[in-house]
Amino acid sequence: MKTGIAFWNILLKDMKNYYLKPPNISWGIIFPFAWMLMFLVRTGGKVEDVYSMLPGLMALSILFGTTSMLAVTITFERRGRSFDRLLLAPVSLTALMLAKTGGAVFFGMINAFVPLAVAPLFAAPPALQWPYLLAGVFFVAVTSTLLGLFIAVSVSEVFEAQTFSNFFRFPMIFLCGLFFPLERLPIFIRPLSYAIPLTYGVSLLKTAFHQTAEIAAGFSLIFLILSAITLFWISRRNIQKRWIL
Amino acid sequence: MALIEAVELTKKYGDLTAVDRVNFKVRQGEILGFLGPNGAGKTTTINMLTGLAAVTSGSVRYDGVDYTGRLKKAQHLFGVIPDESNLYDELNGFENLCFCGALYGMTKADRRERARELLERFDLAGAADRPFRSYSKGMKRKLTLAAGIIHRPPILFMDEPTTGVDVDSARGIRDLIGRLNKNGTTVFLTTHYIEEAERLCHRVAFIVSGRIVRVGTLSELMREVQQENILLFTFEKNVDSKELSKAFGKRFSRYSVYPGNRNSLSVHSGEAVELTPFVKFFEENGVKVYEAKIIRPSLEEVFVNITGVAAEQMRREKEGKKPGEKRP
Repeated sequence: MKTGIAFWNILLKDMKNYYLKPPNISWGIIFPFAWMLMFLVRTGGKVEDVYSMLPGLMALSILFGTTSMLAVTITFERRGRSFDRLLLAPVSLTALMLAKTGGAVFFGMINAFVPLAVAPLFAAPPALQWPYLLAGVFFVAVTSTLLGLFIAVSVSEVFEAQTFSNFFRFPMIFLCGLFFPLERLPIFIRPLSYAIPLTYGVSLLKTAFHQTAEIAAGFSLIFLILSAITLFWISRRNIQKRWIL
Repeated sequence: MALIEAVELTKKYGDLTAVDRVNFKVRQGEILGFLGPNGAGKTTTINMLTGLAAVTSGSVRYDGVDYTGRLKKAQHLFGVIPDESNLYDELNGFENLCFCGALYGMTKADRRERARELLERFDLAGAADRPFRSYSKGMKRKLTLAAGIIHRPPILFMDEPTTGVDVDSARGIRDLIGRLNKNGTTVFLTTHYIEEAERLCHRVAFIVSGRIVRVGTLSELMREVQQENILLFTFEKNVDSKELSKAFGKRFSRYSVYPGNRNSLSVHSGEAVELTPFVKFFEENGVKVYEAKIIRPSLEEVFVNITGVAAEQMRREKEGKKPGEKRP
């Protein structure tokens, strides 16, 4: 009960103070629109192709929304030492991490649904496989958020969090099969692609929209669950090691 | 039984030993002051006791129970006031307190009521709706103190509670600490202000280079460095203190006597002295004693004597001041 109160209030405070601020809300809307426009230009303005770009667009919206937000907010709280308040609270580190990442996961998921809500303005939606769509959105949000946490633990300044985020994000965009199908990537790069959770998230979203993808949906789901557990465990260990000195 | 106990507490960062086999106990209702220069290991000790730093070796006990390695289980027992106010800039005073209460699992109604009560008690009710970032340093310290006790902890850890605040705010904070202690809160505080330790603490521990060099009550520590008893006599009217000293020396040859300014003299003795014969002597010589008092060394003298660390230098180091600058 007590942990529940603490968990809920940490989540609520982060949502209110960081994620649901006007600049972030506008980022959540403008960012997917900008990417949508870019993809439309790339496809020669074929608006009926809008749903072919949505899996990538949704994945990128989540990736950029979650990694930068969590990395920056946690680094900011660490700098101001308000994060120590959380470490001093009688709440387990696991519950604390779930509360801190929960806000970012939620924010990322909202970001993902913005393009999905806008797309019907351009073309009629296809039959969606909602379980795959929800699972894909959720796990891309979870793994991207945990990547943000990994970045936050590794840096001490807010600007470092920003630049370090890009160090991971941009290679991931090109490696996850969004711009180039995986089979068209050079063979020596492919192992990297298959090691990135985003690849499986994008694949799961492709399955949700197009009924098929390069990687079997079941395999993607298992890989994403294992990635989420592993990343959570690594992040927890890093926090224990690096912040509880 | 001790409410807080550190047993052979040690913290190492690689080859550097920040805290070296520290032992102490804090009894219920007591204020223990940790006094030492910058880098002595004061904050590291608090961090180990509260779970912000892992213990390299040794143990931490609360109320006789060993919580080493599982301090999360003890964190409901204490509140922590860090050396810098670390509440949330974007929240107002009331929201900050409510949020801190929620971290300890307080219900909404309970934390709201308690927040209002503390804002009143700490004279911050008028600023309850203002964002924390707009508070003055003194107000920030007071709100940080209120946040530390929102969950009514029996133990309070305070790291340099009055550093960086103006004289009035510092006095106010000391009063608050005193009142909390009177109401039963056990306090462990670190400070580099010797006068603060002297005014607030029941017992003081001197820590230098990660090691406790002495722990004791103020009188125990003073007794240790006091080589002789000094009695200072002040007279009602000006006298020829040199002549009076000579006459005194002849009559009481066992004692050393030193003339002071024109209306005082001091008597030094290696043993306890009886006052009555002296007063009688002065009366016989037509001198009326206005005041007689035993001169004790200050805690500052005791600290310098025991640790060899210059107190003024320590104070300036902490405040980041250059020689010649004055304290606020």
